[in-house]
Amino acid sequence: MNDEPIIPGPARPLKPHRLLKFLRQEILPTAFCPGCGCGTVLNSFAQAVEELSIDPKDMVFVTGIGCSSWIPSPYFKGDTLHTTHGRPIAFATGVKIMRPDLKVVVIAGDGDIAGIGGNHLVHAARRNIDITVLMVNNWNYGMTGGQVSPATPFGVPTTTTPYDNPEHPLEAAELVAAAGANYVSRWTTYHVFPLMESIQKALEIEGFSFIEILSQCPVSYGKMVDMRRASDFLKFYRDQSVRVHKAKEMSAEELEGKIVVGKLVERQRSEFVTSLRRINERFREG
Amino acid sequence: MMTQRQSRLSGFDNRTLFLLGDEAAAYGALYAGCDFFAGYPITPASEIAEVMSRELPRVDGYYVQMEDEIASLSAVIGAVWAGAKAMTATSGPGFSLMQENIGYAIMTETPCVIIDVQRSGPSTGQATKPAQGDVLQARWGTHGDHEIIALAPSSVQECFELTVESFNLAEKYRIPVILLMDGEIGHLRESITFPAYEDVAREERRLAEPEVESFGGEDVPPMSHFGEGRFIHVTGSTHKASGMRDVSTQAVHEDLVTRLCRKIVDACAEISSVEEDFVDGAKIGVLAYGATARPARGAVLEARRAGCAVDFLRLITIWPFPEEAVKRLADRVDTILVPEMNLGQIAREVERFTAAPVLPLSKIGGVPHTIDEILDAIRANGSGSGSTVGQRP
Repeated sequence: MNDEPIIPGPARPLKPHRLLKFLRQEILPTAFCPGCGCGTVLNSFAQAVEELSIDPKDMVFVTGIGCSSWIPSPYFKGDTLHTTHGRPIAFATGVKIMRPDLKVVVIAGDGDIAGIGGNHLVHAARRNIDITVLMVNNWNYGMTGGQVSPATPFGVPTTTTPYDNPEHPLEAAELVAAAGANYVSRWTTYHVFPLMESIQKALEIEGFSFIEILSQCPVSYGKMVDMRRASDFLKFYRDQSVRVHKAKEMSAEELEGKIVVGKLVERQRSEFVTSLRRINERFREG
Repeated sequence: MMTQRQSRLSGFDNRTLFLLGDEAAAYGALYAGCDFFAGYPITPASEIAEVMSRELPRVDGYYVQMEDEIASLSAVIGAVWAGAKAMTATSGPGFSLMQENIGYAIMTETPCVIIDVQRSGPSTGQATKPAQGDVLQARWGTHGDHEIIALAPSSVQECFELTVESFNLAEKYRIPVILLMDGEIGHLRESITFPAYEDVAREERRLAEPEVESFGGEDVPPMSHFGEGRFIHVTGSTHKASGMRDVSTQAVHEDLVTRLCRKIVDACAEISSVEEDFVDGAKIGVLAYGATARPARGAVLEARRAGCAVDFLRLITIWPFPEEAVKRLADRVDTILVPEMNLGQIAREVERFTAAPVLPLSKIGGVPHTIDEILDAIRANGSGSGSTVGQRP
């Protein structure tokens, strides 16, 4: 072991990061792999909470199973319901109905949200319940070692598609937009500033809001495609991303393999819990 | 001042109505204080959801129909942590889907009620026909070591009363409680007399004082709710008393899981409820539960009328298994006859507590036992020796 400081020079006490107050500091450091995108998502989310001056006491985090479910649970200091695999949106539905005054946020991965929990995603979007879902898409089941997921690109090798993925990926953001959500966007961990703005928007808007965040997994996914450094992914996201408005002018062939980023939908359909609670008003006395 | 719930429900006070078992169970939930129901339609349990969807808004509660039974129990658990008293209702296929989240509710000590109106299985089976085939699934359906509470009503009146009791036990022991109804009782229509709203005992949730941990410290720790600034951490992973995950320390897991079991095992006598009807000189006893207890009681009374002394034991609590009551019966008689609408699930459990012959009188196929069928079995075995029924499949 080398005890020498990484940066030479006189040691200066580090100022605690201004967003550290949002974290359960007693359990840091995180368990994320080197180069993982989850830290970037956590940072962007904490920044959005800071910008909006939301009191963490007014938030509930609901997560599933997988690496990205650990972003809020246990790291973010808030009420946390760490549920069974694929079910956080369904658990969150019960929380939101009982406590519409709380901001209910689901952060989980592509396997959890779009795979095993895909049905809950579609129906929560259809109900347009006021929940914010951040789907951290790392293109594979990273926690279990890099198996193919419903979001893995076509033709890519994973530990369970050793002869390349014969399936097409689910475009989750487009699916949620079609199902009726009030706000849908897609960004990547390369697009940190638009991502932060988008998270703010998602937290503010009433109704179901969904952000698909492409996030690098250099360890489990990268090992199979020779992208072993975080920067390999960030460069890929930078080079392959196309903004929504530009994508509209491109042909299907031109869009092949591209990542369409930006806001897909923003609208004001009526929100489920508001409608549900309005029923009760009919029976209220006085 | 009367609450909205009180003023709505007190309209039923002391009235006698002609209701389905399903409907009575739904009203039991409302009297118990249930303010959240999530479910998915399934025969023969759908009437529970229909009553809840109609009545909950009238008592300022919430009904939501989810996309499946997994989501239903998920929403129930989420609602409980947000402060609700919550319930779902289903039948076998849906109950199978709920098993993983039942384990989650056990592990996170989430009080909630799950009504399983049992129908003939496995799989889709005879969708509209009654059965008692889920009693061991209720006990062991979810993975890992655990205890559970399950009750079985035998009448429409009891559908009401045991639903109230289910909510109370759920709160008292912080555990999911399963009300094991069956299609026969759920779709039976008979008289029920409502209690006065004020007279219904309701176990209120015990909430933790500040700084008191919600996942340990005592066998049944007090709960905390979301939105109180306590930053509680609820997880199905192995956790410490604080709620924080610790999945690598052997002792943490052992302490947690043994406590979750102990809190029920140690309270078995307190939880257990049975109906004992013993007579002098009985050589044979009939043990039954749920819908089957009705023809069983009829057969016992017929047999006594004909001069044959027969003991009768009805299990109201199925889990934790009322072993003391079963031992008392076993000490009195030479033979225990167990009619049930499955292939001997509870008979097998009874065998664990007696050396005397246990004779299953199984009947499946969606047709309940008749009094005569059980009476014939009593006659054939009433002397306490030999057996003509109870061939194990």
